[in-house]
Amino acid sequence: MIKAATKTKPEPKNPMEGILRMDRIPHIWCPGCGIGTVVTSFAEALKKNKEDLDKVAIVSGIGCTGRVAGYVKLDSFHTTHGRAVPFATGLKLAKPDMKVVVFSGDGDISGIGGNHLIHAARRNMDLIIICVNNFNYAMTGGQVAATTPLTANASTAPFGNYEYAFNLPYLAEASGATYVARWTSLHFRRTTKSMQEALKKRGLSFIEVIAPCVTLYARRNRLGDGLNLLKYYYDQSEIQHGADTRGLDISYQGKLVVGKFVDKEKPTFLDAMNQHLSGVLGDKYVPYGAIK
Amino acid sequence: MKKSKADPKGVLTGSHFMDGDHAIAEGGLAAGCRFFAGYPITPSTETAERFASRIPMIGGMFIQMEDELGSIAAMIGASWGGKKVMTVTSGPGFSLMMENIGLAAMMETPVVIANVQRGGPSTGLPTLTGQQDMMQARFGSHGDYRIIALSPDSPQECFDLTIEAFNLSEIYRVPVFVMTDECVGHMHEKVVIPPAEEIELVERKWYTGPIDKYLPYKNDKDGIPFMVKAGDGYLFHTTGLTHDERGYPVINAETQKINVKHLIDKIDNNAEKIIKIEEKETDGAEVLVISYGITSRVAYKAVQDAKQGGIKVGTLRLITVWPFPEKRIKELAKKVKSIVVPEINAGQVVLEVERVTAGKCRVVSVPHYGGWVHDPDDILKAIKEAV
Repeated sequence: MIKAATKTKPEPKNPMEGILRMDRIPHIWCPGCGIGTVVTSFAEALKKNKEDLDKVAIVSGIGCTGRVAGYVKLDSFHTTHGRAVPFATGLKLAKPDMKVVVFSGDGDISGIGGNHLIHAARRNMDLIIICVNNFNYAMTGGQVAATTPLTANASTAPFGNYEYAFNLPYLAEASGATYVARWTSLHFRRTTKSMQEALKKRGLSFIEVIAPCVTLYARRNRLGDGLNLLKYYYDQSEIQHGADTRGLDISYQGKLVVGKFVDKEKPTFLDAMNQHLSGVLGDKYVPYGAIK
Repeated sequence: MKKSKADPKGVLTGSHFMDGDHAIAEGGLAAGCRFFAGYPITPSTETAERFASRIPMIGGMFIQMEDELGSIAAMIGASWGGKKVMTVTSGPGFSLMMENIGLAAMMETPVVIANVQRGGPSTGLPTLTGQQDMMQARFGSHGDYRIIALSPDSPQECFDLTIEAFNLSEIYRVPVFVMTDECVGHMHEKVVIPPAEEIELVERKWYTGPIDKYLPYKNDKDGIPFMVKAGDGYLFHTTGLTHDERGYPVINAETQKINVKHLIDKIDNNAEKIIKIEEKETDGAEVLVISYGITSRVAYKAVQDAKQGGIKVGTLRLITVWPFPEKRIKELAKKVKSIVVPEINAGQVVLEVERVTAGKCRVVSVPHYGGWVHDPDDILKAIKEAV
């Protein structure tokens, strides 16, 4: 019966076909994983903003989310573990007319790449950083991360985690980011809207998206399947735009404060460089890139 | 290979009294480098300082990154943005760069790194000389790949070889190292910078065909793939994973063989074109002294003394250290009694000399553990014993 039905209907097209590398699909992510949803949000944001896809580049590091660059049909760079942000910094400075997006995981961006994150934010480098937080190192088998909530179980914290976790929005804001938001993968439209805003904004935008890792984090902690985690996000998320980022710690299965916390204006690295050197050197200075 | 002339904006034509570190910066600017990402480290910092003070008036980017991991990552990103890129470092920073030197090799990205060597291991001798990173330059990142390493023996050569390094990195899409040392880096000598029109540069191998036909890792006839830069509509993908012609990851032994063998072959098959050596009085020599960088200038004194003592000594200076000039050294090994290899390390390049000579002649290592150059008498003693 099903066969007959599919014969008469044309093969349905993936609505994201123009933005994904269809020749690389199916992807490697597990059923129930939230990364794909965040990629869909990103694709939606590009579409809704009518971004010129030739002028958007995507840079990923290593890990499950690190694979995103390989599936998105932009100039796409799958770099080394933790180095997506400085790679993107170099690319952005070489091509100031492009929008450069870092799309990677919590381990990549805040663990091994933490130093690069704080310095890119300090400089207010004109980058969009999308950090998918699944609370663990998933690609390597569910090890404890800088984002694992206290007491949660991980393969290298087999008796529960006793290290304090990063509060990523607070870290990003304190380091100098000019746009900071946090959502869960359940907040599809709001994530998309934040990405749209970040793509339009100049300066360092940091968007944390909490996403289910069903195979490792949820299984080890007996939290059920992807649907259970989405239900947890639904029950425990509280939208608080403009909330003080100091209070955004995430406890094990506790409340998830989400929203847009920071959206302010500050000269970007390039603006500051051009303004300063033009002022000091006058006509001798050869301005770099587009001056605002 | 498309050639071009240097942009006069970056060329400080004239006769200068300059140290090697500054000459490296001038070489980069003359070669058209307009992106420098660096991190301060003794004894190399003067190169970064000079670049930082010169670039605002030329038009380009200097950024001091948070560490050497960031410096090289930013360079690779900028290279894919179409810039000629460089940095400078020394031992500890070079170690930190190793991870992404592998990425540059794997993504076939032109990058130039000058290493003003100091004594190691670890923090070692920050202000004193060494040549102890020669093997690290060759094999420091994990996996199999090839790089090119040049070794200047004077500030003038720091300038000349930095330009050469850029040309080679563009031709072969490979990381190229200017392996100097604290002595040459801080040695002031005359450096002549020619007029821009006399400086010959090689342009990047830009792809110009139809967008939908572009394959980032499809070899051209010469074995080197064409390159594009971000923002031009190619929507290409590149990765540090083992990949096929499309730049897509393919995780199996067959693709690994094609991918890695290509990285090796593109340098090995062109080794004779790449290699530069300086050979003197090797005809009829009984002893051959092989050296590089500052050590070749110290060995000069020992060689003169040995000749005065009636010993027939020839010299071979490695301007290119990697790829190793094994063809010529194999020929000479059949003619001389012995080869003497002084170097400011416990014996690194000598291992390669031993390998290529394969017992055809005696090979004598003259190690120096770093902190200063050899006493020429130690090299003379080795020459006398080698006859």
